Amino acid sequence: MKSRHKKLLVILLGLSGLGIATALILNAFQSNLVFFYSPSEVAEGKAPLDRAFRIGGLVEDGSVQRDADGLTVRFVVTDTAKSMPVVYKGILPDLFKEGKGVVAEGKMGADGLFNSSQVLAKHDENYMPPEAAHALEQAAKAQQTLAQ
Amino acid sequence: MIPELGHFALIVALLLALTQAVLPLIGAQRGNLTLMSVARPAAQGQFVFAALAFGCLAYSFMVNDFTVENVARNSFSQLPEVYRLTATWGSHEGSLLLWVLILGFWTTAVSVFSRHLPDDMVARVLGVMGIISVGFLAFLLTTSNPFDRLLPAPIDGRDMNPLLQDWGMIIHPPMLYMGYVGFAVAFAFAIAALLSGRLDAAWARWSRPWTTVAWAFLTLGIALGSWWAYRELGWGGWWFWDPTENASFMPWIAGTALIHSLAVTEKRGAFKAWTVLLALTAFSLSLLGTFLVRSGVLSSVHAFATDPARGAFILGFLVLVIGGSLVLYAWRAPKMLSGGGFTWFSREALLLGNNVVLLAALGAVLLGTLYPLLIDALGMGKISVGPPYFNAVFVPLMAPALFLMGVGPLARWKEASLPDMVSRLKWALVISVATGILLPLTLDGFKPWAVFGFAMSMWILLTVLIGFRERLKNGARWSSLTRSFWGMQLAHLGMAVGVAGITVVANYQEERDVRMNIGDHTELAGYTFTFQGTTEHEGPNYRAARGTVEVGKNGKKLYELHPEKRIYNASGMPMTEASIQPALFDDIYVALGEPLDEAATIWAVRVFHKPFINWLWLGALLMVIGGFLAAADRRYRIAVKAPAPTGAAAQGA
Repeated sequence: MKSRHKKLLVILLGLSGLGIATALILNAFQSNLVFFYSPSEVAEGKAPLDRAFRIGGLVEDGSVQRDADGLTVRFVVTDTAKSMPVVYKGILPDLFKEGKGVVAEGKMGADGLFNSSQVLAKHDENYMPPEAAHALEQAAKAQQTLAQ
Repeated sequence: MIPELGHFALIVALLLALTQAVLPLIGAQRGNLTLMSVARPAAQGQFVFAALAFGCLAYSFMVNDFTVENVARNSFSQLPEVYRLTATWGSHEGSLLLWVLILGFWTTAVSVFSRHLPDDMVARVLGVMGIISVGFLAFLLTTSNPFDRLLPAPIDGRDMNPLLQDWGMIIHPPMLYMGYVGFAVAFAFAIAALLSGRLDAAWARWSRPWTTVAWAFLTLGIALGSWWAYRELGWGGWWFWDPTENASFMPWIAGTALIHSLAVTEKRGAFKAWTVLLALTAFSLSLLGTFLVRSGVLSSVHAFATDPARGAFILGFLVLVIGGSLVLYAWRAPKMLSGGGFTWFSREALLLGNNVVLLAALGAVLLGTLYPLLIDALGMGKISVGPPYFNAVFVPLMAPALFLMGVGPLARWKEASLPDMVSRLKWALVISVATGILLPLTLDGFKPWAVFGFAMSMWILLTVLIGFRERLKNGARWSSLTRSFWGMQLAHLGMAVGVAGITVVANYQEERDVRMNIGDHTELAGYTFTFQGTTEHEGPNYRAARGTVEVGKNGKKLYELHPEKRIYNASGMPMTEASIQPALFDDIYVALGEPLDEAATIWAVRVFHKPFINWLWLGALLMVIGGFLAAADRRYRIAVKAPAPTGAAAQGA
């Protein structure tokens, strides 16, 4: 092979490598995107049943309950319009509190219970997770339109 | 009075920065030596005044001057003194002031260590750094004045975020900024070269040590941040692919590509345009990181009160700097002649391969970080991209990068021979693959990623050793090895150590959440954990329930750990303080969850066994030392003036 051909070969190899990398990246990206839904949207059936997603809102006052094992926690997340029950096993983040904002990631169970694999910690007490704030805002808007 | 003095000093610093930005650049364009000579004193004066302003703010924090809004919001009279000092850069305003101070430090360093550089080069480099400084000082003064007064003053402050009250946080921000801002030097050198049209090996030699030092600081800063997250967040994780982490990781990847590409430009005169583009990219990503973290678009411990004016300012500045430099690049780059041809199998080609892989990884991280923000900004819903994506993409991309890392340093410049390389490396390859397959068998469970990680770690280790052996062939002595060679070897060795650590901890760590009453015990990785209840504990600015967990092995008591659940006095914020027993081969990590009964005798407890986790930071430390060693190489100091007789130099050393 002439050196020019070799160079061409290397360039082609490099480009195809880059192409494969791009394909891998986009594929992984597609399958790992986690979408966010508010409890109202979940109630409307917009959320997927076979795939993990995030919900957000407020932890309903008085809804936090512990199972006998001490580690399984049940609580209700609400956007003030609709609410949904959540179950989580593990240690909750420091700033998890009734009446405060929360974001949970997990899958919808067949029984309508949201199986959360992760409850997101926030770093500042006064800080509302943007997703949770968004859910509350939307619910407020929806209620206003209803009232009209 | 002192805060006003600080405010005034900032204004003077801005005026000096303006002088430093404008006059030397005009002088360099016109060949006017008088104007060019303004650069050094203006830069040094700017640094003095920035330091004065910083000192004033630090003083206000130290004396608890709560009439200053910044102090009132971020400090507290009971806060220990050392944290009062670090609270100086714990806030949005203070951290930007630190940015400016460190930029002033780098600028002054360039002005001092550039005696052997041509005057117009110095003028342009300092001028460009002046422009950046003007941007940040104007930002501080118009949107984020750290000296704003708050009248009437509150009786006490609102305290620093408890998570930041850790000594990892004392040095993490300054080190990270030293890295971020250090890339401004590489950026300024690149812009200066584009402006002057003189882009040669000498240029690469000038900017290379600066870039390497900045990269080493950034490495240290990221490692400290990761170490802090591990110790302080109570989740035992060391990397979350959180957008704020990615914000510092992206310039690091670009910087890593840059220091390798600079090597080719310096030694062989090739890749000139590419190297310049990387230098622009690395600093642009530093600015992007600052924007992401400081504008409040991301929610994290770094995001302070959101103010749209701030976001708009940084975004505008970002567009100006990145856009401006790219336009300049597009205009000048085609005129650059590439020197030094090379064949498809040579050190140049391998380094190019490394650069392409690194940039692919960078692109993947950038996509995962910015896409959710973009979708949100366009009002198309809220999504998040979590660790599964980054792991799925990043780990496979590291395979070719780590493999090339072993081959590159052993390949000859210009043209290497494939059969020769195969014969030199075949045993290393065999041993690496064998280690990858056999080592996981001795451990708990066979994991495919562990095979890959061990093989790669061993591969790098062996190729580093081969590198030493080949250099020492023919009776050469250890003392004849240059510092830059040592630096490269140590940094690569650090990668081997770090990869080994990541592989073990990611595949073989164990964790358990348990409900524990006094006297209960649980087993994990051969250790026994016995919970002995909690006691009240009074800290300087918090109250805590302090647990006692006895750790034993084979029925023998080893030590006690004391995890705490704290409530901070000023903010009422609860915080989990984990207790860790670190060791070279494994960490034992215990954190308290929440009390499960009224009397607080039963607790949710989280225990971790973290094997080899410290290898990660040990590896990073080796990379940092390697970076500093490489930058301290003799040839940067004896540069340009006269090519010193190498034999004599080696004997002298």
